[in-house]
Amino acid sequence: MKREEILKKYTPELENILFILHDLQDNNPQHYLSKEDLQAVADYLNVPYSYVHGVATFYSMFSLKPRGKYIIRVCESPACHLMGSSSVIYELAKLLGIGIGETTPDGLFTLELSSCLGVCGVAPAVMINDEVYGNLTPEKIRQIIEEKRREK
Amino acid sequence: MPKRLDVLICSGAACISNNSQLIRKKLEEVITKEGLQEEVAIIETGCMGPCELGPVMLVYPDGSFYIRLKEDDVEEIVKEHFLKGRPVRRLLWETPEARKIAEEKKQIPFFEKQFKIALANCGKIDPENIEEYIATGGYEALGKVLTEMKPEEVIDEIIKSGLRGRGGAGFPTGLKWKFTREVQSDEKYVICNADEGDPGAFMDRAILEGDPHSVLEGMAIAAYAIGAKQGYIYVRAEYPLAVKRLEVAIKQARKYGLLGKNIFETGFDFDVELRMGAGAFVCGEETALIASIEGKRGQPRPKPPYPAQSGLWGKPTLINNVETLANVRHIILNGASWFSSIGTEKSKGTKVFALSGKVVNTGLVEVPMGITLRELVFDIGGGVPNGKRFKAVQIGGPSGGCVPEEYLDTPVDYESLKELGTIMGSGGLIVLDEDDCMVNIAKFFLEFTMEESCGQCVPCRVGLKQMYDILDKITKGEGRVEDIELLEKLGKEIQTTSLCGLGQSAPNPVLSTIRYFREEYMEHIKEEKCRAGVCQFKKKEKLETVIEKIKDII
Amino acid sequence: MKLEDLRRIREKAEKEMKLREGKARIKIVVGMGTSGIAAGAREVLKVFLEEVEKRDLKDVIVTQTGEKGLASHEPVVEIHEEGKPVIVYGNVTPELVRRIVAEHIVNGNPVSDYVIEVRE
Repeated sequence: MKREEILKKYTPELENILFILHDLQDNNPQHYLSKEDLQAVADYLNVPYSYVHGVATFYSMFSLKPRGKYIIRVCESPACHLMGSSSVIYELAKLLGIGIGETTPDGLFTLELSSCLGVCGVAPAVMINDEVYGNLTPEKIRQIIEEKRREK
Repeated sequence: MPKRLDVLICSGAACISNNSQLIRKKLEEVITKEGLQEEVAIIETGCMGPCELGPVMLVYPDGSFYIRLKEDDVEEIVKEHFLKGRPVRRLLWETPEARKIAEEKKQIPFFEKQFKIALANCGKIDPENIEEYIATGGYEALGKVLTEMKPEEVIDEIIKSGLRGRGGAGFPTGLKWKFTREVQSDEKYVICNADEGDPGAFMDRAILEGDPHSVLEGMAIAAYAIGAKQGYIYVRAEYPLAVKRLEVAIKQARKYGLLGKNIFETGFDFDVELRMGAGAFVCGEETALIASIEGKRGQPRPKPPYPAQSGLWGKPTLINNVETLANVRHIILNGASWFSSIGTEKSKGTKVFALSGKVVNTGLVEVPMGITLRELVFDIGGGVPNGKRFKAVQIGGPSGGCVPEEYLDTPVDYESLKELGTIMGSGGLIVLDEDDCMVNIAKFFLEFTMEESCGQCVPCRVGLKQMYDILDKITKGEGRVEDIELLEKLGKEIQTTSLCGLGQSAPNPVLSTIRYFREEYMEHIKEEKCRAGVCQFKKKEKLETVIEKIKDII
Repeated sequence: MKLEDLRRIREKAEKEMKLREGKARIKIVVGMGTSGIAAGAREVLKVFLEEVEKRDLKDVIVTQTGEKGLASHEPVVEIHEEGKPVIVYGNVTPELVRRIVAEHIVNGNPVSDYVIEVRE
């Protein structure tokens, strides 16, 4: 969907800003908000660019940098930490060859840390886009990454 | 209600072929004859293990393991054991193996120490089918309220019940409703705070995913009581399934006329819209949440004025937590006295806890207030796995503190927990064992609050970073003895001068671990020793450098 | 809708939930809260649907529910059968699903090793 079409789904009121930013980001194959996106939102809502920039940078789920097709968010909250999230992070870094906050050269995966995903009962856990995976082991992680590579 | 005795009869294939069903029938007969039906629960289980010794039967809480049962034995067991408390020795299997099985089986939460109110429908109904919710009495409470009660009567009922906010602060819900009602305004709002950001907490997520209508009904009743026509549910974006289930529920409720105009043809209008967060823990704070809905950066503002006086767009606003709202319809249907008969004197009703960490049974449990921490962690939670020793239980997330072994018999209620230096919080309970370092845990929680700080006020923005740096040095073996006093002083200042709850409670994990585990801090500082083996002192490699190294290899 | 209408819906829905309308002999309920899904409940649900269709079991329905709370035993599946106690399975895998359908659903023998609760 084009940017204008997305904007038109919402009335030009300030209270819709989070919906609009989420929608624009989700519809971008690189899962981020570009300068043009922010400017378009500012124009649509009749506020300064700096206002939109301020909101977008306040919330951690928005990115102003291009990211991959699959955003891997590893939960590093205490429950997952106790149950071994560090080994999940190591495994992913090894498998994908990237660090935290980085994207693989083929543009498929971005590795990020996340706050609590709310599935502490099946820790350690990760969220890939909208799907949650729990009870992780290095083996399971390899399987999941393979699966995503095939889905491509 | 919990029964005095739990009798587990094995209905594995072998025992069934050995007539365990006949034993069970006889058991029911004799128990009824002796008038013990209210006191003895009969539960059938899967295979317990020693099939050659079947039919078998386990009696709790004493753990007596009966084997090779015959129909004729039943009468004696009921009379001697259940009635008079004397297990029939000649029928018992008293070996270490029997004791092991009895311990193992205890770990699966069969017993009704749980008492489900907020979680009543979770796992029982299809949350995407409104008719299943209606089948459990859904929307009856709203009907009763709209057709038989005045708004003031609804508020009185909630006040009488003793319901307190389940989001963590424990403020009396009925009073909050009363304050919001008393403010004159043409527009008022009801907001459900579904921004469950506490690490280790997932009670609200389960309710939103498993029984979304209970929240909608609670909001509608609250709206009627305070005089609002519009409600918002603010859900965190990390819960996409909860968002989906809520969207479905709202759509269905509107279709059935249970949301919208003229509900139950009484002239009452109320509708609900969803609003999403975008990954900011601080938006769980009332005023930050309001700012976020208004389309601003989610930064808190000083209180007063409280949202009841001036909230969303300056109008009187009632903000309640998901679990609080899920309780409302039960109070209306069963009455305030029913609710206040559960729990303790000042903490009424039940609380949902999320057990995670080093505990056998992780997940959600709903228990009456007043149950002890020991019962929660060991009886229901099944204790610490892999033969490790219990060390502490962290309650209240990043705003809470740790409770060590000596205080496990403390009842779980708002006041008792506060005396221990922690808070009830939203219900997240993380169990720690001997392999966990208390200094590292404190640092972990502080790192979280430090990163989530909105940055407005100096005590939080600067103070938390200062505390974090000191803790970091301690975990690397660079701490000094004076650091402990410094942490305590800093912590108390941040508590008293921060603008909002995030800063005010952020030092709690640190102060609490210093209070109960001072020796561990001292060991780190004086001996460069971490008894749990977590902190690496000489060459502590940070995660980032290791990942850099891996990248170089690849 | 009037309050009386709500009560009528309730009566009808209660009956349907109790299988008394004769629409199904067995109801398979898969726990689909995020904990369950994170532990693999979607696969489990999928395989149940496949198996039921493969064997053309017309009197069996497969539904979902929210999170019961036993995260350490997810995925959790309940088997409801008219006149029998509810059998709850824990740590269900796609392989176990095939066993449950073959041994329990079709032949009436619960797979005891994986039963974690039986309730009236």
